[in-house]
Amino acid sequence: MVAPTSSKLISVTLRVWRQEGPAAQGRFVEYKAANLNPNMSLLEMLDVVNDDLERRGEEPIAFAHDCREGICGTCSLMIDGKPHGPHRGVASCQTYMRSFEDGAVITLEPFRAKPFPVQKDLICDRSAFDRIQQAGGFITARAGSACDANAIPVPKGQADLAMDAAQCIGCGACVAACKNSSAMLFVAAKVSHLGLLPQGQAERDRRVLGMVQTMDEAGFGNCSNQYECSAACPKLISHDFIARMNRDFLAASVRSAFQAESQASGGGA
Amino acid sequence: MANLDSRIPPGPLADKWRKHKADIKLVNPANKRKYEVIVVGAGLAGSSAASSLADMGYKVKSIVFHDSPRRAHSIAAQGGINAAKNYQNDGDSVHRLFYDTIKGGDYRAREANVHRLAEVSVNIIDQCVAQGVPFAREYGGLLANRSFGGAQVSRTFYARGQTGQQLLLGAYSALSRTVGQGLVELVTQHEMVDLVVVDGHAKGVITRDLVTGKLHRHAADAVILATGGYGNVFNLSTYARGSNTTAIWRAYKRGACFGNPCYTQIHPTCIPVSGDYQSKLTLMSESLRNDGRIWVPKRKEDCGKDPNTIPDEARDYFLERIYPSFGNLAPRDVSSRAAKRMCDEGRGVGETGLGVYLDFSHAIKRLGEAGVRERYGNLFDIYHEITNENAYRTPMRIYPAVHYTMGGLWVDYNLMSNVPGLFVLGEANFSDHGANRLGASALMQGLADGYFVIPYTIGDYLAAQKPGSRPSTDAAAFRQAEENVAAQVSRLLGAKGKEPVNQFHRRLGKIMWNHCGMARTRAGLEQAIQEIGALREEFWRNVSVPGSGATLNQALERAGRVGDFIELGELMCRDALTREESCGGHFREEHQYPDGECKRDDTNFAHVAAWEYQGEGKVPLRNVEPLNYESVKMSVRSYK
Ligand code: FES
Repeated sequence: MVAPTSSKLISVTLRVWRQEGPAAQGRFVEYKAANLNPNMSLLEMLDVVNDDLERRGEEPIAFAHDCREGICGTCSLMIDGKPHGPHRGVASCQTYMRSFEDGAVITLEPFRAKPFPVQKDLICDRSAFDRIQQAGGFITARAGSACDANAIPVPKGQADLAMDAAQCIGCGACVAACKNSSAMLFVAAKVSHLGLLPQGQAERDRRVLGMVQTMDEAGFGNCSNQYECSAACPKLISHDFIARMNRDFLAASVRSAFQAESQASGGGA
Repeated sequence: MANLDSRIPPGPLADKWRKHKADIKLVNPANKRKYEVIVVGAGLAGSSAASSLADMGYKVKSIVFHDSPRRAHSIAAQGGINAAKNYQNDGDSVHRLFYDTIKGGDYRAREANVHRLAEVSVNIIDQCVAQGVPFAREYGGLLANRSFGGAQVSRTFYARGQTGQQLLLGAYSALSRTVGQGLVELVTQHEMVDLVVVDGHAKGVITRDLVTGKLHRHAADAVILATGGYGNVFNLSTYARGSNTTAIWRAYKRGACFGNPCYTQIHPTCIPVSGDYQSKLTLMSESLRNDGRIWVPKRKEDCGKDPNTIPDEARDYFLERIYPSFGNLAPRDVSSRAAKRMCDEGRGVGETGLGVYLDFSHAIKRLGEAGVRERYGNLFDIYHEITNENAYRTPMRIYPAVHYTMGGLWVDYNLMSNVPGLFVLGEANFSDHGANRLGASALMQGLADGYFVIPYTIGDYLAAQKPGSRPSTDAAAFRQAEENVAAQVSRLLGAKGKEPVNQFHRRLGKIMWNHCGMARTRAGLEQAIQEIGALREEFWRNVSVPGSGATLNQALERAGRVGDFIELGELMCRDALTREESCGGHFREEHQYPDGECKRDDTNFAHVAAWEYQGEGKVPLRNVEPLNYESVKMSVRSYK
């Protein structure tokens, strides 16, 4: 299955963040990676470096990855100071060695943000995103309770816009790119995806209030409208969704302050 | 000898599921919370099962090795999900979906399971839409459909090129809701490393915390494995790097039978291999075959030429030529083998000669570049990122790659394995796809199992268990299982060999691809079993796993998984060797028609092979479950 290649091989120097555990001090360590096929992905280059380390009985560089095709959101590298590296609209795993010059020095770090503590080397803990989802990122629809799928038509334009927001892969690059470690783009994408659909209206207010509150509690910062987030997003999700979420949040806050809620309790004979 | 009672309900095929649901034992609502169910894996099958069971009132623990359930590999499915909605009014029906799936599986699946799958397919789409899955729509606001291989109707629902991600996010949102409500306990970054069997029943699992290295015991009244497929046994595949067989393999070693391990799907449209360092292969969705045309040059001499300079008359659109009625939408196994035959004839393209063209120039003429971009833009982008080539200008090069495994743990109609209390869902079980899976059916099966089957069938088992009878984690079986795992971890760390884990994985992958891939022979399989045995011995002696067991240690994680893959690889070869016929994804060169098509042997092999572990170093036992076709006539599968 293996092919010869006609491409010219390159060599690079890596400066890699090594940190033994959450509480340990980290530091940069240099590694040489020679004779690399430029069509190899950056993560495959790390595999090669790690194989060498393991051959020598040294611990490999820990890095997060899984699908290696830009969809699972696991990979999370700061490459030369940029989340997911030099190219727009791709994840770390979709970065290829042909993006680097022969002889380049490449700096690799984990995503850095207070709510994303480092677990080891290049791996950080992004479970705060799951907690935000648990606070409202859903439409309640128990299995077996749904009506026919075509009973609620959704205009194509609106469905497409919801899909634009729904593309988010939950990688956290938006947070890593933001000097305030804001998670606004992530939350806005989720809120907009569900809020744009007719099915999502019943829980629209609760959703945005719950998710924003949990986001704040997790220690993510505020948005100061620099939009580094959209630029770093591997799916190029538009920061327009942040404005949409702000409007939703405001309206929901007002409604929740003034709307009468029934005081009746459940039960009955 | 394992007890393989399929427990297929009696009665006419179309009534079986309805009748079974009516007959099934129920668990009293007040008792449900007294039962705890462990769900391992949180892809489509696992997430949908966990949230559905929690909504019913069971206590649920969801265990995943990923850092978030949203990362499970279902997320990578591109093309779509089938359902017999007949929204296109093109003659689709439950029966037709059932029939296509049975035929697509080359008559090696259970009729009753497949019929149920086709029945609940319509509910899945309703459920997903209600959850906010943003399926593609027409201007009128109704759902859009497209066609997939092996079908002559348009029944596939999709969400751009990322249907899997959108369906998974739907299931994940339901799981998140139930976690937020305190109904599900979510345990992330824990890998299941053993199944705990108490008095013959599955009553818990051992996990390793991948961050701290600590081993944990979890007890339950029932255990569900929804841990996906094992295609990474080939090393190079379209699977995520982390996908592995460990959960089901260790359950196999605790007595669960492994059904049809040799049934592997090789997907025809993947980006060809480019070098030795390669870690994964990328799929180009089958949906591309709706508008793309597959060809190779008619003459070998043209193979090196710029494809745009080769005129139409000099091209061989081989799928259209050989399979005129299905053309470029012939099923995956058939299309893959045809591509291989073209390359074997010396007419393959690209640097390696292992590639065929997937050409959109006709589609671009018909729909315009913008039209093609609208349908497949993200796939063209992926292709460009990987190959640095523009497929709007020059045809894509594709080649088959390992994509899915139809085999898996044996289950009965209730999706319970032969170990009582152990249920297996989604790709991890063997049940619905026979010897070949049709496109857009994996998502369907995962969600069918999780949303609509297990919520009913688990009651049949739990109703017979006394509430509160689950064993304590201090029981001997838990201690013994934990000790086993600890010993294995020390053995890996203690080997202190010279060769990295990846290297063993690569070597295993080569043996499997060469001898247990698209074409298999008796001699090749026998040789593979020898080679794998030697590789296994060398692995335990010479693997290098640096670092400690008490921290996050990715080399150790990989080593555990590759160790299991090596053992599984041997079983797959054994299964392929004993199945003296060709069917679906299993092609034995000795058994073919003169035109190279599969030659089934229904007299001797119309059965499921369910392998039973007999202990370290012993040859496993091959049990057989006969397949009785009552409704469909088994015939030679033709797409011509
Ligand atoms: S590894 Fe999945 S997005 Fe990069």
